[in-house]
Amino acid sequence: MSRLLLSRRGFLAATAPAAGLLLSGCDVLDDLQPDGEFRDVLAGANNLTYRVQRWLSGRDSLAQEFTESDIRQPQRPNGVTAPDDDYYQGLLQGDFAAWRLEVAGLIEKPLSFSLEQLRAMPSRTQITRHDCVEGWSCIAKWTGVPLALVLDEARVKPQARYVVFHCLDTIEHAPFGDLKYYGSIDLIDARHPQTILAYGVNGGPLPVENGAPLRVRVERQLGYKMPKYLSRIELVDSLSMIGLGRGGYWEDRGYDWFGGI
Amino acid sequence: MVASSIQTLPKDRPLVYRHVLWTRITHWVWAISLFFLLLSGLQIFNAHPALYIGDQSGFGFDNEVLSMTAENTDTGPKGYTRILGHSFDTSGLLGLSQASGEPAARGFPAWATIPSYQDLATGRVIHFFFAWILAVTLALWLIGSVLNGHLSRDLAPRVADVRNLQRDVADHARLRFHHQRDYNTLQKFAYAGVLFIVFPLIVASGLAMSPTMDTVLPWLPELLGGRQTARTIHFLMMLLLVGFFLIHIIMIFAAGPLNELRSIITGWYRVDHPSGDEDQPARRA
Repeated sequence: MSRLLLSRRGFLAATAPAAGLLLSGCDVLDDLQPDGEFRDVLAGANNLTYRVQRWLSGRDSLAQEFTESDIRQPQRPNGVTAPDDDYYQGLLQGDFAAWRLEVAGLIEKPLSFSLEQLRAMPSRTQITRHDCVEGWSCIAKWTGVPLALVLDEARVKPQARYVVFHCLDTIEHAPFGDLKYYGSIDLIDARHPQTILAYGVNGGPLPVENGAPLRVRVERQLGYKMPKYLSRIELVDSLSMIGLGRGGYWEDRGYDWFGGI
Repeated sequence: MVASSIQTLPKDRPLVYRHVLWTRITHWVWAISLFFLLLSGLQIFNAHPALYIGDQSGFGFDNEVLSMTAENTDTGPKGYTRILGHSFDTSGLLGLSQASGEPAARGFPAWATIPSYQDLATGRVIHFFFAWILAVTLALWLIGSVLNGHLSRDLAPRVADVRNLQRDVADHARLRFHHQRDYNTLQKFAYAGVLFIVFPLIVASGLAMSPTMDTVLPWLPELLGGRQTARTIHFLMMLLLVGFFLIHIIMIFAAGPLNELRSIITGWYRVDHPSGDEDQPARRA
């Protein structure tokens, strides 16, 4: 082990003009914390990725849709799979009859939906591939209400730029209180034809581990951009007041806001 | 044999201008980029140290080609690497290795990843930064190399190269090198293979893993056999590049490291024959 390390270092010392930087090996980059200046320079590449991918994909490029025969396993759950919050457990025991989805923020008409009401709205069913930031993929059939329909009903104000999802599940027990999952997307993805508020998967109701009673599907991005256990949708003009200001729980911990790659 | 493998050419042999500035700059930009891409890529791989064939990852079925896991056994924790169904004990290196003095379950060990500890978010930031640099310089290099003739003059193997293949393999095996301005047959095959097969495939398979790019180029993951196959191809190309790098370094040391290094830093290369290459102006040192 150490011999391999030495040979790599030996090579660098012998050849690379940037050996001074590289010589100190991998530990030198261990200080790349989310607020570091050097980190911000490197993360600038993500803004470039966001702009180029938005420019290439436009508003309505569609994620590939698969067939029934591609569904070969239950949807792989990740993150929180069993919220231990008392409030959530109470809703679950009542079969989510008392659950409501609140729509608030920069809209003309604040709304509140029961699960029944959402199920009565026009729905979309799509068989898509879920790509996790960790690297794995899983194909499943999702059924739900297009988010665009909900936004149209709430009449989004022109200054609104982002849709923020507030969730019921505690992702972290922090010293200052429990931290519930949150995330955000822009209005382009919010109005994308495949962006749905899903209440069903693979022909049945959404199970707890996949986000019951309601989760969002944002098919052009990675899994961490699709919050589960939704309780409130908020339209905002800036992400600065959301969490630590980067637009989501994982974004506040160093992940890119744009999860298109 | 070994003694003769470290070659130094007498000072009276001529220097020829072998690498133009453009070639030398891209060489070093790629060397540095690939260093960071490799170590941040292994960090990303460690977030889910398994590879599959097809569109998706088999959790309820088996389409796995490689995995690295840690398991508790009667004799303590062990690291296992499974390749195409065959399991190997790789404790200490793959699956299980020391991190901050403790045995930890991780695909590749701490010394092979940036950052050394598990940090997928930072690994992605570093990886995509250098991915942009590699892809942009590769595109510029390709255009430039077609225009300035580097591609057709120096890299494309010719009929004579193919005819010479057997002898060149034998020469390399005996570490008998001919110092001349032109690349030899195996060099042409190796460099052209990396530049026109491995680099394009590693970029394409990287793009095929992006869900947004898959909406722009739906045929790309399809062509590569699905997103998870693309991820496997990305990994295999990485292995080929590591293999190329090791042979590259061995050959440099065997052929005369100072001369080889001078040619990729200053451009000037000392050749065997006083006349140098017929078609190149030679300069006496």
